[in-house]
Amino acid sequence: MRYFLAIFALCVLAIVGVLGFRGSHSRQPSLYIFPDMERQPKLRPQTANAFFDTGMSSRLPVAGTIARSQPVQVGPKLVYPWEDSPVVTGRVPGTTNFVEWNPMPVTAELLQRGQQVFDINCAACHSKLGDGNGTPKRIGAMAVVANLHDKRIVGLTDGELFNTVSYGRNLMQGYAGNLPIRDRWAAIAYLRALQLSRLGSLDDVPEAARSALKK
Amino acid sequence: MIIIGGLMTATAVVAGAWYYLTPKWSRVGYQPIQPVAFSHATHVDQLGFDCRYCHNGVEKSWYSNIPASSTCMNCHGQVLKDDPRLALVRQSAETGQPIPWVQIHRVPDFVYYNHSVHVNRGISCVECHGQINKMDEVYQVQPLSMTFCLDCHRDPAAKLRPLDKITDLNWKWSDNPTVNAEQQRKNGQKLMQDWHVQSLQNCSACHR
Ligand code: HEC
Ligand code: HEC
Ligand code: HEC
Ligand code: HEC
Ligand code: HEC
Ligand code: HEC
Repeated sequence: MRYFLAIFALCVLAIVGVLGFRGSHSRQPSLYIFPDMERQPKLRPQTANAFFDTGMSSRLPVAGTIARSQPVQVGPKLVYPWEDSPVVTGRVPGTTNFVEWNPMPVTAELLQRGQQVFDINCAACHSKLGDGNGTPKRIGAMAVVANLHDKRIVGLTDGELFNTVSYGRNLMQGYAGNLPIRDRWAAIAYLRALQLSRLGSLDDVPEAARSALKK
Repeated sequence: MIIIGGLMTATAVVAGAWYYLTPKWSRVGYQPIQPVAFSHATHVDQLGFDCRYCHNGVEKSWYSNIPASSTCMNCHGQVLKDDPRLALVRQSAETGQPIPWVQIHRVPDFVYYNHSVHVNRGISCVECHGQINKMDEVYQVQPLSMTFCLDCHRDPAAKLRPLDKITDLNWKWSDNPTVNAEQQRKNGQKLMQDWHVQSLQNCSACHR
């Protein structure tokens, strides 16, 4: 019996020693005990795939092509991304002039979405207030970030802002790849609201509420 | 003697199988070495970026994408411009060859998992991925086994939270644990009704 106990204890120790405990960190890929059907030869996004010459399963669109199937809802109308429309280009059709105003109907819903898009995508550098003091600049990692309350930028047309957000400008890269068209216009609508918040004067406040603001 | 020995051996085998032959052992803790020493703790906790700045597909599609290297270059064109730790990122952005990140979380191909459904229904990343915002190197925290999924699908009210707190992984209803549990119960039930959240236990929800 004594021998048995000794061998038993050794075996348990050896197994625990080799296999470790639950939850310990490991560099080894996960173990699949019955791997039937767990890995099927189907295409998954962002994986390696030998079928294509680039070796990637996610394919880039052929240069110069535009997705046909995803129209943008503008009020009651659908605008397709190949059309020469201010919604898509930010320009007056047929010219290279930027449009003055946001072609999307500015609703509370659009502004709400705009706030979300802005706080996720723009606040990283420009800060939630839009003053350019996002974390990278505050810790000194980024030298130039535009203050969006700057007089020159407030004076730009909505079309030009759309162009900057889509394709970038100088040190800022474009967000055409990350943000769909509607979200870009939403961010611009919200940016205008942010700018207004600093341009307001006492006269914009309803008569009844003014005394509360006076100190 | 022999009977006791046999019983002990049998118990040990059963206990060992119970302990080791489950994803709680075989998958939790997987932490591969990544080609670039990217740290979520730096970017999320210290710098305060939102998950969706990089994982921007998570609200729209079943798949939560790993960001393209051009997304890193939005900042790293200026920040740490010549740092050797980012050499691979710069090279990848230039040539278009993706960085070979090692995938950590993965369910079997016969399971239809969907990020957008969960994220738009008030389930936070933290329920399935743990405190990513504290990790320098990502590792798997939950087993992602069928029990794990079903435990929540049987009672989603215990996990639902407001939609604007999905990516705020430290968020709680209250710092006091008992108040937090109470609030979760109360508000969870309410959110369930408001959003018509179902308790999906049909096999065809996940296997189709
Ligand atoms: C990675 C950091 C970063 C992010 C994120 C970012 N920007 Fe910028 N932005 C910059 C920098 C840097 C400049 C200054 C560019 C220059 O003049 O060199 C700038 C400039 C601008 C300008 C002024 C352009 C001009 O005409 O001078 C606008 C408008 C702007 N950003 C809007 C946005 C909006 C809207 C978003 C969100 C979709 C955004 N930015 C996200 C870094 C960023
Ligand atoms: C600055 C960009 C960035 C931000 C912000 C970011 N991530 Fe990531 N994330 C990455 C990159 C790059 C990887 C791949 C490398 C790795 O695994 O560390 C990754 C990997 C992951 C993985 C593991 C993927 C796998 O292979 O299974 C998870 C889970 C994840 N991120 C969740 C989050 C969550 C949750 C947040 C918000 C709290 C977040 N990420 C914020 C860039 C980012
Ligand atoms: C919104 C801006 C931003 C984005 C996007 C971003 N980073 Fe960073 N990153 C920073 C800042 C700021 C620092 C800190 C620099 C410092 O410490 O001085 C940093 C630091 C780093 C470091 C240095 C190590 C560390 O943890 O301090 C690495 C490596 C890095 N980032 C990789 C990446 C990768 C890979 C991506 C793309 C998935 C990425 N970053 C996307 C802003 C960003
Ligand atoms: C209900 C559980 C759940 C929630 C909530 C969740 N995830 Fe996931 N996540 C998963 C599973 C399961 C996988 C593996 C999917 C697969 O097999 O491709 C995964 C994979 C990932 C990956 C890796 C994708 C890849 O193939 O490399 C990233 C990145 C990620 N999640 C980010 C996030 C972010 C960011 C959030 C919050 C906004 C989030 N997840 C919320 C369960 C979840
Ligand atoms: C923390 C809670 C939670 C966890 C964990 C969770 N789910 Fe869910 N899941 C939900 C909620 C809530 C819904 C939305 C139900 C509804 O549509 O009303 C949902 C919906 C789904 C749907 C959509 C079904 C449909 O009809 O389109 C699928 C598929 C799914 N879950 C799969 C999974 C898988 C696979 C896992 C495990 C990796 C998982 N879930 C883990 C809470 C969770
Ligand atoms: C909430 C989502 C969900 C539902 C509902 C669900 N499953 Fe699963 N199922 C999973 C996941 C995730 C796995 C993968 C488990 C793993 O890899 O460990 C799985 C794995 C399996 C497996 C393979 C087990 C193995 O080890 O290979 C079978 C068989 C299975 N499920 C049957 C069912 C049946 C029958 C039902 C209905 C009663 C059902 N499942 C309902 C998520 C689900």
